[in-house]
Parts: sequence; structure tokens; C-alpha cells
Amino acid sequence: MFTVLLFAHLQEEAGQNRLEINSEEITVSEFKRMLQDKYKLTQLDQVMVAINEEFALNDDTIKNGDTVALIPPVSGG
Amino acid sequence: MKEELFEIVDKPIKPEILVKKVESREAGAITTFIGTVREWTKGEKTVYLEYQAYKPMAVKMLKTIGDEIQAKWPKTLVAITHRIGQLDISDIAVVIAVSSSHRKAAYEANEYAIERIKQIVPIWKKEHWENGESWLGDQLENVPYPDGKPSIKE
Repeated sequence: MFTVLLFAHLQEEAGQNRLEINSEEITVSEFKRMLQDKYKLTQLDQVMVAINEEFALNDDTIKNGDTVALIPPVSGG
Repeated sequence: MKEELFEIVDKPIKPEILVKKVESREAGAITTFIGTVREWTKGEKTVYLEYQAYKPMAVKMLKTIGDEIQAKWPKTLVAITHRIGQLDISDIAVVIAVSSSHRKAAYEANEYAIERIKQIVPIWKKEHWENGESWLGDQLENVPYPDGKPSIKE
């Protein structure tokens, strides 16, 4: 089980700013596939994943209790 | 109270406070960058903007930029504050102050900071136009992160 934080257009698409996901350990790329299939989120190829506030790579593993954030291309400044 | 050099705030930013934060007897120059809300972008009229941040990570990434600057331009002092929430035209969205013993480093490090903010700091801007709204992304028009993630080191 882990928490997923959503921002910007993803938050609006999902209609909520966080999801609780019941899952075994999965990799970032498996997780992205899950979001596409189950939650119908779009444009995920451009979205970065952060695990516990650090940018993660596709092969990194999401563990029980992690906080995962979906980071669409940023536009600060 | 310890002054925070890297902040995300939801109130107006006062640039002079950031200048104070980087003042030093060793400094011979302080540069400031003030990013403001522009009314017209490519023929579209902005009515107001809305910024959202993943706050704890955004602060962490601002600190990372500070560390990168220390490595590239030793002995500089950097302070960055970014505002979030609703901003009107001409409001200040971001202020970067850099001090250094000589001006060149202060100019260069300041420009580096704003470029890095646009790459790695999780802050998003939503444009509200007269006839619609949209979240913006990827303003540097980079191909979406070819390495799988924005590079932390250059």
C-alpha cells in the first residue's frame, strides 16, 4: 500500500489530489502502466515519478508506505 | 530564528528581504532576478495565473539548485523564494538573489538558478485567459526528459 500525490492537470483528470493504492512492491514503469489502465490518466509518458520527494527512474521500486508523486513537466518561474 | 534561504510562499514576495539574506562583507555584488506575471504570451491575454507546488519536494529541489551553484561558483550566497496560489498581472512569482565577491559569478549563478527552476522544481502554472484555462508544462521545450529524469547535475 502506498500513497500517490497528483498535481496540475492530473489532479483535475482524476478529480482528486491523492490516491491510496493497494499493491505489492512494483517498479515505476509497472506503476505507470497501472495508472493508464486503471485510472485512465493520459500523457503519462511525459510525467516523472518521485518516490519520497526524490526523482525516480523506471526501474526503481515503489515499496509499502512510500509516498509517490506524479510530476508532470514543470512550469515554475 | 534561522532564515530560510529557499522558500515556497503564498504571500507577496519582498525582493529586498532576499537581498538582505545574501548580504555579506565578502560580497562585491548582489544580483536579483524578479520573475513577474506577463499579460500577453504569443497573442493570448492572461487574466491571472495560478501556481501549484509539491511544496516539500519543491523546497528540496531549490536547495539542490543552491548546492549546484555552490559547486560551480564557490563562495556565492543564494536565496530563492517562489510564490504559489493566484497571481495577478505584474505580481512577483519568483525572486532569486545571489551575492559573490565579483559580479560575473553573481550574474551567471542567478541565470543558472532560474533555468534549473524551470527544469527540476515541481511547480506548475495554470494560465487563465479570457476564454479558457490550461496547465502549462515544459516551457524550455525540452524533449520530455530523455534520460528518464531531469538531470540533477549538468
